[in-house]
Amino acid sequence: MNFDPRYSGRNFASVGTRPIRPDGVDKVTGRARYGADFNMAGQLVGRVLRSPHAHATIRKIDTSKAEKLNGVKAVITAADLPDLTDGDAALYDILDNCMARKKALYDGHAVAAVAAVDARTARQALKLIEIDYEVLPHVTDVDEAMKHSAPVLDDTIFTEGLEQEPVKPSNVTKRSQYGHGDIHAGFGQADYVVERSFKTEQTHQGYIEPHACVASVSADGTADLWVCTQGHFVYRQHCAQLLGMEASKLRVTSSEIGGGFGGKTHVWAEPVALALSRKAGRPVKLVMTRDEVFRASGPTSATSIDVRIGARKDGTITAAEATLRYSCGPYAGMWAELGAMTAFACYNLANVRTVGYEVLVNRPKTAAYRAPSAPMAAFAVESAVDELAKEIGMDPVEFRIRNAAQEGTRSSYGPVYGPIGIGPTLEAAKNHPHMQAPLGKNQGRGMACGFWFNFGGQTCTDLNIGMDGSVSLAVGTVDVGGSRASLSLVAAEELGIAYEQVKAVVADTSSLGYNDMTDGSRGTFSSSMATISAARNAIKILRERAAQMWDVPVDDVVWENGHAIAKGEKYGNLAALSLREIAAGSGKTGGPIAGHSELVADGAGVSFATHICDIEVDPETGATRVLRYTVLQDAGKAVHPTYVEGQYQGGAAQGIGWALNEEYVYGKDGRLQNPGFLDYRIPVCSDLPMIDTQILEIPNPNHPYGVRGVGETSIVPPLAAIANAVSNAAGVRMTHIPMSPPRILAAIEAERGGRWSK
Amino acid sequence: MVEVTLWGSLGAIAGGKSKVEIEAKDIRELFRKLAEQYPGFEPYIDRGIAVAIDGVIYRDTWSKELPKGAEIFLLPRLAGG
Repeated sequence: MNFDPRYSGRNFASVGTRPIRPDGVDKVTGRARYGADFNMAGQLVGRVLRSPHAHATIRKIDTSKAEKLNGVKAVITAADLPDLTDGDAALYDILDNCMARKKALYDGHAVAAVAAVDARTARQALKLIEIDYEVLPHVTDVDEAMKHSAPVLDDTIFTEGLEQEPVKPSNVTKRSQYGHGDIHAGFGQADYVVERSFKTEQTHQGYIEPHACVASVSADGTADLWVCTQGHFVYRQHCAQLLGMEASKLRVTSSEIGGGFGGKTHVWAEPVALALSRKAGRPVKLVMTRDEVFRASGPTSATSIDVRIGARKDGTITAAEATLRYSCGPYAGMWAELGAMTAFACYNLANVRTVGYEVLVNRPKTAAYRAPSAPMAAFAVESAVDELAKEIGMDPVEFRIRNAAQEGTRSSYGPVYGPIGIGPTLEAAKNHPHMQAPLGKNQGRGMACGFWFNFGGQTCTDLNIGMDGSVSLAVGTVDVGGSRASLSLVAAEELGIAYEQVKAVVADTSSLGYNDMTDGSRGTFSSSMATISAARNAIKILRERAAQMWDVPVDDVVWENGHAIAKGEKYGNLAALSLREIAAGSGKTGGPIAGHSELVADGAGVSFATHICDIEVDPETGATRVLRYTVLQDAGKAVHPTYVEGQYQGGAAQGIGWALNEEYVYGKDGRLQNPGFLDYRIPVCSDLPMIDTQILEIPNPNHPYGVRGVGETSIVPPLAAIANAVSNAAGVRMTHIPMSPPRILAAIEAERGGRWSK
Repeated sequence: MVEVTLWGSLGAIAGGKSKVEIEAKDIRELFRKLAEQYPGFEPYIDRGIAVAIDGVIYRDTWSKELPKGAEIFLLPRLAGG
């Protein structure tokens, strides 16, 4: 990579301002095209048949009656998606998840699909598909699945990471461990020890737009896919591999996205739509219903976590340990491992140990959800931290400040930290007016910290300068939160021109080199780095063209404030050439002017946040009301502060829903009981206060502008901050998320009962 | 020669060692030599290993140099949302 990513400490003209987003007008007028808004001539309607059983062997599938139905153009099963994964276990899991092969592994698992001339015919055809199931015992609870008596989902799985090689298959795919020091010695030094067990229920990202795509496979083997995704290049790669196509023959165009939050990093319907189109010879549109999104896309893990923390009387934590059990759905994952890595990352600990267990259950395949796995770990740890502070008699903010990690601290997951923002966010919380505001009856305040790694990845960007001097920026990271505005600001900053002169678009997979998907809070971090690089490459050409126009050596030409300037007394009479003037003459100086960049954006800065929350609890009903909420987070550098604030607020809003109401409810039959927004309750505007934000800027030394990712960390502290607030308001420690009214009422009544019995 | 700290599962493959010493100038050479010395590492390298150099995590920049005396930590490749 011929690009120096180091932070330069420059002053900014465009970056840090708040212009209107380029996609805003289309979105508020309904003109923006989302996944289901695309149509092709002759397209068919795709529908998927899903298992009603949580766990069942598929003995036989008979599609003959469906195929004979008038208007049905294709019916597919796993036989139409042969195994081309060549020993790649993770890819095989994706294939099996898209279309069950031998067993249905959860309620909603796809088992067959049809393409028909209309939705009615497609639904009729699904009813005509006959499947002979052998229903098997199932398990949906993470703790139950770990028991020796639990039905084993996959008898080829033997737990990885155990000291002794296991002799029996198990639902535990892996044990992982992190930490350093001697926790036994550490607990020996403790004057106070808090030990608690916590549970969190499975939640869904709750994006408003369901998965949708249109697939069109031509007779010559080339194909187009229009799809709502967080990463069209990754979708292309996976679909091409699963269907045995060359990647270059599959063009994937990403639509606008109505929310993803990690849930659109994974293919579900897309390989099915392509297989249907290939068989039918016509385009196929496949849109998941909300019921299908809940039952058969990728929710987060349900968890069961034990935490133990010890501290001296002076408030110094001497030892900390956690055991984390995370459900993965029916396929292996690294969800508990991420929890184990992040659990204690906010603190400077001499003795720490975390152990994670990945657990298979008969639920949908777990997918990432915004800082995946960290919120649940933070809920358990930050609840125990709060309780420990209380036992010692210290203010919870002061207790955290005393133990906060800082530059030079060995992180609980291993490496030593560079410059980080946990201390500054805690200091900002301590000094925030929110912390001093009075509370009323039945009201409680809670605060908590959170950490997320952030990462970068493969990135490719094109910057093209038109003859009129306007700039087209083509990026390959899907815009999930305003990145087209941010990247236009970055291009304007580098080129020294106005923001309005730049238009950013997300290019399709045939127009740009490969890009990793928009995940890991990497969109603006990575693509801004590539945009800076592309702009600098374009400036080099602009200087060369100006040198030609003046007939002077290019080394005498510099670029300042959007103009080429000939430096030196001998050029005193040469007026600066603007970008527009050089672009206008480009046809006579060598043709189009463009800058290209392909790079791996590594060195993403880790991110920390502190949240403060006030809650009122009705002790008669257990109902809660969020009164006030404040987010304080390090952004490195906020390129477009409004959208950074939006990320902070969005993470807090989702965290509030997760903490207070959202949960997957499974019946004893292993079927999901609440696959709709009526029964799975996400917060709406009337549930939320204005979420206040404070952006801190501790520059990332590995980005020219100091940018860190901001999209994920904001969902890490809310579960814990709200649990601490509810616990303070209700006078009882809440240990089970979500803290829905029945659960709070039960906890209050149990506490009252306990008190009365004493 | 650089000292490389392994995470738990990798340590088990390296005969229970939590640290190994390797002569490597960059991440690419580090992975090559680790795979030579510990063939059990290969599937992990294929799946993705991130390398933290003095606290900065590199997932894909295999050309990144390993400065003498730097703290080098291997971590599993992270997932994100």
